Amino acid sequence: MFKLILQRLGLAVFTLFTVCVLVFGVTEALPGDVCTAYLGRDAQGTRLENCRQARNLDQPALQRFADWGKGVLQGDLGTSLKRDKPINDLVATRMRNTAVLGLGAALIGIPLAIFLGVLAALRRDRTPDMVISGSSIFAMTIPEFVTATVLIYVFAIQLQWFPAVTTVRHNAPLEQLIPNIILPMITLALVMMAHILRMIRSAMIDVMAGDFVQMARLKGVPYWRIVFLHALPSAMLPAINIIALTIAWLLGGVVIIEQVFNYPGIGTLMIRAIYDRDLPLVQAIALILAAVYVACNLLADLSSLALNPRLRSAR
Amino acid sequence: MTAITANTTLPEVQKQSRWKQVWKNMRRSPAGMIGLFVLCAHLIIAVLAPYIAPHDWTLQNGYIMLQAPSTEYWFGTDNMGRDLFSRTLMGGREAIMVTLLGTLLAIVWGGLAGITLGFVGGKVDEWLMRIVDALLAIPWLLFLLLIIALTGQQSWTLILTLGFFYGIAVIRVVRGATLEYVPRDFVVAAKTRGESRLTIVVKELLPNVLDALLVEAAMRWAWMLLAFSSLSFLGFGVVPPTPDWGLMIADTRGMISIAPWAVMFPALALSTLIISINLTADSFAKAIGLDRAKAPV
Repeated sequence: MFKLILQRLGLAVFTLFTVCVLVFGVTEALPGDVCTAYLGRDAQGTRLENCRQARNLDQPALQRFADWGKGVLQGDLGTSLKRDKPINDLVATRMRNTAVLGLGAALIGIPLAIFLGVLAALRRDRTPDMVISGSSIFAMTIPEFVTATVLIYVFAIQLQWFPAVTTVRHNAPLEQLIPNIILPMITLALVMMAHILRMIRSAMIDVMAGDFVQMARLKGVPYWRIVFLHALPSAMLPAINIIALTIAWLLGGVVIIEQVFNYPGIGTLMIRAIYDRDLPLVQAIALILAAVYVACNLLADLSSLALNPRLRSAR
Repeated sequence: MTAITANTTLPEVQKQSRWKQVWKNMRRSPAGMIGLFVLCAHLIIAVLAPYIAPHDWTLQNGYIMLQAPSTEYWFGTDNMGRDLFSRTLMGGREAIMVTLLGTLLAIVWGGLAGITLGFVGGKVDEWLMRIVDALLAIPWLLFLLLIIALTGQQSWTLILTLGFFYGIAVIRVVRGATLEYVPRDFVVAAKTRGESRLTIVVKELLPNVLDALLVEAAMRWAWMLLAFSSLSFLGFGVVPPTPDWGLMIADTRGMISIAPWAVMFPALALSTLIISINLTADSFAKAIGLDRAKAPV
């Protein structure tokens, strides 16, 4: 058991290291460097020289990678080119905003997705299932920016219930963010729900056909007890990993949704960093988001180990 | 429905009747047929668009900005006075081209790498799969944006990046499908006969995982289209003035309260295309005997 946990931890560290190598390596391998990308047409003469010197670009790549890695380990993500500020300061409040958005969407989306998934599985191929599965395909396949735009049109412009875009600054207190957060949260929750719901549905269908459910039925256990206490827990086991996987998907989606609503989160910052060709900032954000994803996966792995004894003895 | 093994005596006859059976199965699902119909319509329009567009899709006209749909301009005009009907017809061409080529690349390299890894097995497989998992840990959009920030947004960069990155996800699926066949008799027999690795991968394993690969291709295409239009929306995909649905939505969404049609038509075109691919892929997977609902994203 202890060995298994160590193994998973090791894997997470290895993944993060690979991500670091890749994020750094891509910048090195492709033509141009941080300075030429940032300066664009002005990349010549003394400006280029100064920028390169300030960024230690005259050092060998391995040396710079080691320095960067050491900084990251100590919690220092470097300095932004455009804003000339420590990246840590830029990222902190935006991280908070994105975390509030993501957690809110997860809190609404996951329970609702589980409920709807169970409902669809129990009423398989009948009207409730058709409606739920059908709309989940729509929510999954329509691009986030289209869904967001439709929601803005209906709820912000026609009904005027919520603001269409966020106008408060990134460091505003949370209560000022609340009215602005609702539409992006709904958009994110919709996409998330569709993925999780489909997994729960197919897992539930498998489980409900199992012998132990049959047994419980024959024993005369009440129906809702079978569904929620016997079947759902075992259907949840494979779903936990999928929920973690969808988070990777969501991190991509969050970037777009934040952009549509002009929500001052990490995604908007990342897009702006790319417009500015501020590569150190882009690298830092890519690393943060990958770390969030790895942490989610680790959590999912560990909790399925805790919940499923079969996994513990298998190897 | 079992896959054809390479040792079957009359592969031609079997193959033909099998695809006929698949087609028959597909025709039973109304959603799949609607999907296929819409998909075909989209492809035909994309090919014929330059010939059937009633107006010049890049011509700007300051006198007719943001006009509502009329008999002259069926879908209205956009903020630069360009005909939206012509632009919507043209708007899928670049996206479809790039993503189709990207999917082809992803399937070829991901498929071959996946089969090879599953076949070789052992330490090599184990370590490379860990790297694959690590690569999958980077949210796709960030990876694409990082590369585009460095290289600029030419079509071929997009094709290569999309193809490379989506191929990684293909490796996983195909490797999983391959593992099922590696211990089978016909593979062991081929090994004993002294066939080369390449022959076994291409002649023995590939025909068996082809089903999984085809379904994977359809799915990847839909996701790639989603990714590409998102990139366009953010301004990192198609270079203006080439019309593209994602870019058209981005350009006109600020005016949605006065000209909702300018957003609605490209959004409708994009959504129907992606949904139709998904519906077709779903019914194809079912017809071929694979349950797609079980596969994660």
